[in-house]
Amino acid sequence: MSGGGTRPKLTRRDFQNDQDVRWCPGCGDYSILASVQTVFAGLGIPRERFVIVSGIGCSSRFPYYMNTYGFHTVHGRAPGVATGIKLVRPDLSVWVVTGDGDALAIGAGHLLHALRRNVGIRILLFNNRIYGLTKGQASPTSEPGKTTPSTPEGVTDPPFRPVALALAAGATFVARSVDRFGPHLQRMLARAAAHEGAALVEILQNCNIFNDGAFADVTGKAGKAENVLQLDHGAPLRFGPEGRSGLALDAGGRLVTVDAEAEPRRVLTHDERAVDSAVPDLLARLDRPVPIGVFRDVEAPALDQVLRRRREARRAGREGGLADLLAGPNAWTVD
Amino acid sequence: MTSEPQSAGLSGPGDRPERVTVRIAGDSGDGIQVTGGRFAGSTALAGHDLATLPDFPAEIRAPTGTLAGVSGFQIQFSSTEVLTPGDRADVLVAFNPAALRVNLPGLRPGGVLIVNSSAFDDERGLRKASYERNPLEDGSLEGYRVHAIEIGKLTREALADSGLTARQVERCKNFFALGLLYWMFGRPLDPTLRWIERKFHDRPELARANGKALAAGYHFGDTARVFETPVELPPARLAPGVYRGLDGNEAISLALATIAERSGLDVLLASYPITPASTILHRSSRLEAFGVTTFQAEDEIGAIGAAIGASFAGGLGVTTTSGPGLALKGEFLGLAVMTELPLLVIDVQRGGPSTGLPTRTEQADLLLALFGRHGEAPLPVLAPRSPGDCFWVVLEAARIALRSMTPVVVLSEGYLANGSEPFRVPGEDELPEIRPRFLSDPAQFAGAYVRDPETLARPWVVPGTPGLEYRIGGLEKDPQGRVSYDPENHERMIAARAARIARIADDLPPAALEEGEPDDELVVVGWGGTWGAITEAVRAERAQDRRVASVHLRHLNPLPRGLGELLARFPRVLVAERNRGQLAMLLRGQLGVDVESFARIRGLPLRVDELRERIAASLSGGWS
Repeated sequence: MSGGGTRPKLTRRDFQNDQDVRWCPGCGDYSILASVQTVFAGLGIPRERFVIVSGIGCSSRFPYYMNTYGFHTVHGRAPGVATGIKLVRPDLSVWVVTGDGDALAIGAGHLLHALRRNVGIRILLFNNRIYGLTKGQASPTSEPGKTTPSTPEGVTDPPFRPVALALAAGATFVARSVDRFGPHLQRMLARAAAHEGAALVEILQNCNIFNDGAFADVTGKAGKAENVLQLDHGAPLRFGPEGRSGLALDAGGRLVTVDAEAEPRRVLTHDERAVDSAVPDLLARLDRPVPIGVFRDVEAPALDQVLRRRREARRAGREGGLADLLAGPNAWTVD
Repeated sequence: MTSEPQSAGLSGPGDRPERVTVRIAGDSGDGIQVTGGRFAGSTALAGHDLATLPDFPAEIRAPTGTLAGVSGFQIQFSSTEVLTPGDRADVLVAFNPAALRVNLPGLRPGGVLIVNSSAFDDERGLRKASYERNPLEDGSLEGYRVHAIEIGKLTREALADSGLTARQVERCKNFFALGLLYWMFGRPLDPTLRWIERKFHDRPELARANGKALAAGYHFGDTARVFETPVELPPARLAPGVYRGLDGNEAISLALATIAERSGLDVLLASYPITPASTILHRSSRLEAFGVTTFQAEDEIGAIGAAIGASFAGGLGVTTTSGPGLALKGEFLGLAVMTELPLLVIDVQRGGPSTGLPTRTEQADLLLALFGRHGEAPLPVLAPRSPGDCFWVVLEAARIALRSMTPVVVLSEGYLANGSEPFRVPGEDELPEIRPRFLSDPAQFAGAYVRDPETLARPWVVPGTPGLEYRIGGLEKDPQGRVSYDPENHERMIAARAARIARIADDLPPAALEEGEPDDELVVVGWGGTWGAITEAVRAERAQDRRVASVHLRHLNPLPRGLGELLARFPRVLVAERNRGQLAMLLRGQLGVDVESFARIRGLPLRVDELRERIAASLSGGWS
């Protein structure tokens, strides 16, 4: 990183700008913004190397509020733009900010292909289970039965589970955190930043206007203790008060809750580097408890780095100049 | 009516015609395009000028012997300038009954018809082509000079001891026919024998068999004396230089490498496969050493998104497509207009709407390219006039995109994409300067949309530049780059974006006549790939003392300065194009000139004879 060593250390304030933040008071996006600014300051990357790309929606206003390079693009299509940026400039730290409508409805195809290709972009998916900017319609993650202006008799279609989709697409880094869990969210962001390939972080986020309390049973004090399963590599999958419950596999390959104190050896150990295990997929489909943390973190060559290396090799091994290319192998001369 | 055949000559054995049009047609599995390509290569080596027109079905392999499966290849060559692949053929080679039925209307009366009679023995083959009786025997071909040659059987005999399967032998008959054509036109076999060896280097038995079939066809012509002597055409007097054969899509990929090399920019070609644009992606994927990276996206929208990202990051984004894809890219084009990023969108037009005629040619995306976006979103539109001109137009598009910070649409056509012609290879000193103008000094940066006073372009600030972190996006901005909902600002920004595009005309050559004089009675106006046919037709009419001129537009937006005044000097203006009158509508609306429209839309290139008829009708006042 050129110049990084000689410059003063960055702080969160360096990533703030003079734009008025126009999210609703009390929106979960504020705390995510603060966490991102804090994490960026500590990554050791010069500020000008950050690029934030977004689609359309409340979350997608994010780049305007960051003092980095930013590009507010088209609904659902930020992954494509970010891919183009990263392919041309693999040295940049490219982040996509998106929401559940943006990434999972209009842009679902782009999201899955960006993850499949393992292009080195970091995707922050703010999931508030609602369309906010268009005033409260059901989103692809809204729970069945929810009444909204577009579903007065309740949502009838089952929701997507973003982490399960990402794992199925072959994503090499998938994590989940919560807007209110500042320190945990910051750890997840830092982990995503350190990953070479595509990284997806689902951030459960409250919309206090159209879907208030969407994750209250996760963020409230009692709910957090009861319902949150924190994933830590190498640690047992235990949750609940004093970790008294644990997750185990039954004979049918299903996840079941067991008494972790009575049957400690049945409790699974979290392995985020597993590539051939079904457990991450099962965890991704859990409604209770709600796992947070890194579901998967495996190494694989990032597309941008593969292409960069190939480009350099081809340039170095190039035979002939532009004139030879233009003439081709079958040219003839007219005198 | 015009009376003389458009390809004059080849009326008898031992002719010395000035120009010849040959059409080869067979089943789509018969290797017609390969045969045509080799014949075109030998024509170029013989020093003739030429133009080709492949004509193949959308299906990869339609059922054998059916009318739907017929593939054709037409070439016109001459000892003088060739501008089109020819209207009707002087020589037609038909490999089977279906090919004969589909292509016979394209053979001029009295033309030479070479038929593979081996394929006419079979009732089923005749029935598939809807022939109730064998046309070789029922007298229906009397108006042509028919040579029924058992190409299939002669090939089988020549390859009797080759050890190949019957099916493999069958697939060598195109080289027998090619050998026969080589004898007819006095062409050497060696270059094609070498090509066969290269092509089949890992299948020496196939190389031997194809080479043998080629030689057998040649010797058959010599010994059977199907024609008295070979047809002789002197070489064309082309301008001195190094030449190559080039089709429009290859020309575009060479232009991308040239842009990368001349500008120093990383070019990212992000595309999704679509006929007839796909070969641009194929060819460009071999240009990494020259600074071109290719990316096959998940769809048309992802492709233009990646191209826009590349341009935001300081490369040059390019995306190639055809009509349906251009429609899908519309929303992102709005973003590119709003954020004022350089970008090339190359639409190789095909028959539409919807899937339409994917392997046929058309010019019906003009208004889509000009106006097919939400909001006020003007951008430059250019169109090449010939396969080789695709090279120059894409360079020009890049120059404009970088100078004025704008997306540019290039409208090529299936006809240009697949057609080829001799292309004089430019020296490096003939290539235009293509220069990106990055801004990296914070002291010179007043705002994301504070414009260059000359070009009205905004500064190109690239991520990674210290001290200039800025945000752009789809929301309206004020000149400083802040989101603005102010009504006055919106109107000013719309006007500024439009003025920036209009001002490009300052930099372009003013409107000028292609052919003819300003006091002629009629001017024919065209754009894109109709140039060859229009020029040929106008020259032929002028040779008969008809007072007709022509104007050909390379820039569709902005139009060249002085176009309205130029056209207004003519009593009659005739717009010839392959759509329902889109340029005519534009000229009426934008310039207020009264125009007649000659708009044919059959998926085929404009024909010289039909245009000549229309010109004659117009001049005689028979059309008003």
